Amino acid sequence: MYKYDSYDQQMVDTRVAEFRDQVRRRLSGELTEEQFRPLRLQNGLYLQLHAYMLRVAVPYGTLNSAQMTVLGDIADKYDRGYGHFTTRQNIQYNWIKLEDTPDILADLAKVEMHAIQTSGNCIRNISSDQYAGAAADEVVDPRPYAELLRQWSSFHPEFLTLPRKFKIAVIASETDRAAMRLHDIGIKMVRNPAGEIGAQFYAGGGMGRTPMIGPMIREFVPLDQLITYSEACLRVYNRYGRRDNKYKARIKILVHELGKDEYTRQVEEEFAHLLGQGIEPPLAELERIKQYFVDPAFEAGASDELDLSDPDFRLWVERNTHAHKQAGYVIANVSLKPVGGIPGDASADQIRLMAQLAKDYSFDELRVTHAQNIVFPHVKKADLYTLWKALDEAGLGIANLDTLGDIIACPGLDYCSLANARSIPVAQKISERFGSAEKQAEIGELKLKISGCINACGHHHAGHIGILGVDKKGVENYQLLLGGCEGADTSLGKITGPGFDENGIVDAVEKATEVYLSNKQDGERFLDTYRRIGMDPFKEAIYG
Amino acid sequence: MVDVQFRFRDDEAVNDSAVTVDAFTEQTNATAVRIEPGDDARALLPFLDRLRLIEVNFPAWTDGRGYSSARVLREAGFTGEIRAVGDVVIDMLSHLKRCGFDAFAPDKPLNPADAQAAFERWDNVYQATADGRQPIWALRHQS
Amino acid sequence: MKILTGNDLKTGAVTWWTGVGWSLDVNDAADVGEDGAKIIAREEGVQNVFAAYVIDGEKTAAKDGWTVRPAHIKDRIRALGPTVRPDLTLKPSDPEAVNWVI
Ligand code: HEM
Ligand code: SF4
Repeated sequence: MYKYDSYDQQMVDTRVAEFRDQVRRRLSGELTEEQFRPLRLQNGLYLQLHAYMLRVAVPYGTLNSAQMTVLGDIADKYDRGYGHFTTRQNIQYNWIKLEDTPDILADLAKVEMHAIQTSGNCIRNISSDQYAGAAADEVVDPRPYAELLRQWSSFHPEFLTLPRKFKIAVIASETDRAAMRLHDIGIKMVRNPAGEIGAQFYAGGGMGRTPMIGPMIREFVPLDQLITYSEACLRVYNRYGRRDNKYKARIKILVHELGKDEYTRQVEEEFAHLLGQGIEPPLAELERIKQYFVDPAFEAGASDELDLSDPDFRLWVERNTHAHKQAGYVIANVSLKPVGGIPGDASADQIRLMAQLAKDYSFDELRVTHAQNIVFPHVKKADLYTLWKALDEAGLGIANLDTLGDIIACPGLDYCSLANARSIPVAQKISERFGSAEKQAEIGELKLKISGCINACGHHHAGHIGILGVDKKGVENYQLLLGGCEGADTSLGKITGPGFDENGIVDAVEKATEVYLSNKQDGERFLDTYRRIGMDPFKEAIYG
Repeated sequence: MVDVQFRFRDDEAVNDSAVTVDAFTEQTNATAVRIEPGDDARALLPFLDRLRLIEVNFPAWTDGRGYSSARVLREAGFTGEIRAVGDVVIDMLSHLKRCGFDAFAPDKPLNPADAQAAFERWDNVYQATADGRQPIWALRHQS
Repeated sequence: MKILTGNDLKTGAVTWWTGVGWSLDVNDAADVGEDGAKIIAREEGVQNVFAAYVIDGEKTAAKDGWTVRPAHIKDRIRALGPTVRPDLTLKPSDPEAVNWVI
């Protein structure tokens, strides 16, 4: 994984010093809250319902154990003993004190981490495939390109006051595990007919109140033009994105209003101009970055044998592991969704334990996934049982990946000041009702995603089943959506009809699963059945 | 007129009064123009050689279109003064300078010590922009 | 009644105006009548709180230790704490406290 050199370290240290100074000016009254707010936001410090919240960036979701250990330590030292892993592959702390934040950022900087641009109308943390560098189906490891983009986008002087936030995802396989087309810019690394690697660009995707799937705007950008092309996309957006209405300010609206062809034309024109400006790092820089992402020292000829005599382990292997590109190895997912638990939350002890286990069994590496889980990317099959045992003892061994137990939920009204309704209690009720091994075996893959308001932090548009919290005259109410999907065949869910109260929505989910079970044909997942039979049978069962 | 508080040029101060972009394209003898956020800086490109001063207005510091305007002008070879006017705040200064601004006339004068610290904050930078500074990637690959 | 609430500048904690100072307990909240804006200006001006605002609420008969009830669920959750972590709320040893917010 990437290692800072003295330049990178200096950038982050400088930022800590800058923020320390800003906090000092705020506490002394030199800065008003109005002046300070945008500054704290650019350092990931929000005000939530109960306290300050700090969002720490996990660039493209990759961590080493030293970093993970510090994340655990921060939870103990400055928070209340836990953190929340988010759909943007970051971690949030809910009980941060303003006076502590410069010290927290300094602790993070010591392990090459930061909270830079995790909020505000700038280019945010870049997300990627959690299986990068490990999956058999990738064309190339997407992370070096994400790192190149991370450096380019950090403190980019032209793009710190964009019309609205800007999220980029980079993937490199046909199977999209990062919801790439639901980002402001999605980049898919591809190989062209001549065998060269390049970047395919998608623009104008997003969720929020007007969800849109980003169209492709360029089939192939050569590697030595990647930054220049990105800069062109951003400049057109910065100049022409709407600033009259915050709800229409995302790039998806610009692309939609101009039309994909006109936006593309403007980008190409800007791109042609920028090619002459010498803003592209040399390919040698990409090569320098790439050397940090070479494969770890896999053991050649490691055995593919697994002793599956323990039935619980067997289930976990079936549900939570994924094929590795290296024989004798496997990708293991830790579900942060115990039955009745809070999706994405992990205690300081759990975080540190995962750090230690990654050191012992996964070449010092972990990943955070957009489904709010943790991945051990490189586990030798011979170690898998020992790893699982250790996880299971700490309540981290549950086998429910991509099933109804593995719910994505935003913090909702329990923590978030923008929320209309609570998300977590709904997730808990659903996981209690459908979390048993039998139910999961029966229902199979079913991705359920909950947001506490229209902002869609919980990806409800992209859930096979989505739930959206709304405010009905001061009372929490929940709408049901069906048919969303964030994968390569991205689709947006449709609302079934009138909303429900908390128990009603759990019943409605149950009815939806019943319709699926009585209609499914061989091998169909919930989503497949929905796509085949359409909304009507579900509506009938739910409201009829 | 608001005073220029910081200026990074050795030539004589320009005091010509700036006209709007619309007025400028009709009035061929003006030497100073003011760009508003919604104006297209590229409309000025045919006339750069007779312009001495281009003011870029920031009615609100959160509207970042002026950064692109300045870079567009510098990329086209403009060497006259580009002056940031309006709601110019401390934490913008180094970024503005990186995009090609070389004069600053904030509506509300800034604390000079804080401003100086802000201008000098970043020893190194990640991107190549209009200020000609060597980005980190270039420093890394110097032979 | 009109209740004034905000967040402590240093710690971010939710606080309630008591008439003389700030309390972490909503039950200490005073009726600020028409004075909300004036108190906000003064208290924010001296860096005691930020993001302060006035809400509607009512004085209730004492029940399970509650005597002041903010009108909106959002402020009741602010008053109590996250309903999904009773251990971190204003009333960690009262499992029924969660029902008060609904
Ligand atoms: C509590 C603090 C949070 C606040 C104030 C907040 C605010 C917002 C807002 C306003 C939007 C809509 C943006 C738009 O449509 O232009 C949004 C979108 C989003 N947020 Fe959050 N959010 C918070 C927490 C989270 C968390 C915890 C996650 C991850 C679990 C998250 C991930 C996202 C994602 C994935 C989107 C939607 C994708 C998009 O439209 O780009 N946010 N957030
Ligand atoms: S979806 Fe709404 S309620 Fe949930 S975290 Fe985002 S802003 Fe808050």
